[in-house]
Amino acid sequence: MEIIDFIKVIEEEFEDLTPGTLSPDSVFRDMDGWSSMHALIFVALIDTTYDVLLTGEELKSCLTINDLFDITNLKMSSGGINA
Amino acid sequence: MAELTLKHAAVKAIYTVVPKTIYKSIDYPFFSEEEAKMFSKTTGIIERRVANANITASDLCYQAANALLEELNCRNDIDLLVFVTQSPDYFLPASAAILQDKLGLPTTCIAFDVNLGCSGYVHGLLLANRYLQNGGLKKVLLLAGDKSTISTHEKDKTTFPLFGDAGSASLIEYDAKALDWFLDAGTDGSGADAIIIPGGHSRNPYGTIDTSDFTSAPGVTRSLKHLHLDGMQVFNFALKNVPNSLRNVLNKADLSIDEVDFCILHQANQLITDSIRKKVKSSPEKFPSSIQLFGNTSSASIPLTICSELKEQIASQKLKLLLSGFGVGFSWATLLLNTEGVQTKLLEYE
Repeated sequence: MEIIDFIKVIEEEFEDLTPGTLSPDSVFRDMDGWSSMHALIFVALIDTTYDVLLTGEELKSCLTINDLFDITNLKMSSGGINA
Repeated sequence: MAELTLKHAAVKAIYTVVPKTIYKSIDYPFFSEEEAKMFSKTTGIIERRVANANITASDLCYQAANALLEELNCRNDIDLLVFVTQSPDYFLPASAAILQDKLGLPTTCIAFDVNLGCSGYVHGLLLANRYLQNGGLKKVLLLAGDKSTISTHEKDKTTFPLFGDAGSASLIEYDAKALDWFLDAGTDGSGADAIIIPGGHSRNPYGTIDTSDFTSAPGVTRSLKHLHLDGMQVFNFALKNVPNSLRNVLNKADLSIDEVDFCILHQANQLITDSIRKKVKSSPEKFPSSIQLFGNTSSASIPLTICSELKEQIASQKLKLLLSGFGVGFSWATLLLNTEGVQTKLLEYE
C-alpha cells in the first residue's frame, strides 16, 4: 500500500475535502468540524477498506495522516483485525 | 462461543408499538447546525420516538401484546411470557409477572424478565425455542422493549439524540415441521463499562454516591444516574465480532450471504450497519434499516425493523432472515430464522 492511495481513500470518503488537500503531514483532527463522528468514520473506513480495526487508543496515538498510514500498514502486516 | 441448531419452533406474529411524540435530530438544542447534519449523516437518525413521562417499556409492550393476543385469539394459550428489557417497572417484582396479570394470561403461564439490551431479542427467540422444542409448551409470548430515553441526560450528545423508545410482542409456536434455525451467540464482559448506568443499584446505591451532574468532555454532561456510552469501544466491539458471528451462522446453515433474503441488524447506528454489511460483502437492499425514523430502540430494534420495513415480504413469502443483536454487556447473538406467513403490525401508542 502506498500513502498516496491511502490519502485518496480518505479524500473520497469525506465529500467536503477537495482532492489534493491532504498530505502525509496533515493533522487529521484539524479537518473542518472534526468530531467524535469523524473518528468513527476513520475507523470504519480503514476497517472496511484494509480489514484493519484500529482501537480508540491507537487512533488517539496518531497525529498525522502518515501516523494513521503507518499503524494501518503495521497491523496489516501482522494480521489485521486480530493483531 | 455458542453455536446451536434450533428445531420445532415458528414465529407467527410480530407487533411493535412506538410512542407518538417525535424528536427530530435537527431540533436538538445542543447541536450546531453542522453537528446535527453530521450526526444524521453518520448515525442515520433523522428522528426518533420518545415516550411521555408516565409511559414505561412495559406499557409499550403491553399494547403490542394486547393487540396481538386479541387479533390472533390466543390469550388463554400462552405458556410462557419472556420480557426482555433493561428498563423494568420496578427493582422487583419482575415486570413479566405484572404483564401476565394485566394481559389476562392464565396463571399456569411461566413469566420472567431477561436483563439484556440490544442482543436481547435474538436471545429471547433462543429462549422461546428452547422451551418449545420438545412440544411440552406450545406458545410463547416474547416481549422486547425499552424506554432508553429515561436514562439519557439531555446534555449528553453521545446518548440523548441516539435513543428512541419502542415495545414489541412476538408470538412463537411449537411446530414439528418448522425448518431449523441456526444460532451463534457470545458474551465479552470486559466491555461492561462501555455501556453502563453506574448508579442506583447494589454496586453504587443512591445515598452512597454523588448524583450531581459532571462534564467529562465537551458536550458530554451527565450524572452517575445516567447512561454512559463509549461509542468508539462499542464500534470496535461490533466490527470485531458481528461479521464473524454472521459468517458462523451462515457456515452452520450452509448458506452464502446471497442466499439470505434479508439481514436485520440491531439498529445501533447506520455507520455500524454499513460497515458490517461491507465486511460480509453484501448489498444495502439486503440490510433494511429503520433507524432513520426511530433511532436506536435497544431490544425492540429488530422487531421494529421487521414491522416497519418487511411487512409485505414477511407476510406473503417464505424468507430466510439473518437477525443479529449486539451491544450492552458486551453481548451478541445471531440467528438464521426461516419464516412463512408472519403477521406484523406497527402501531402508535394510544
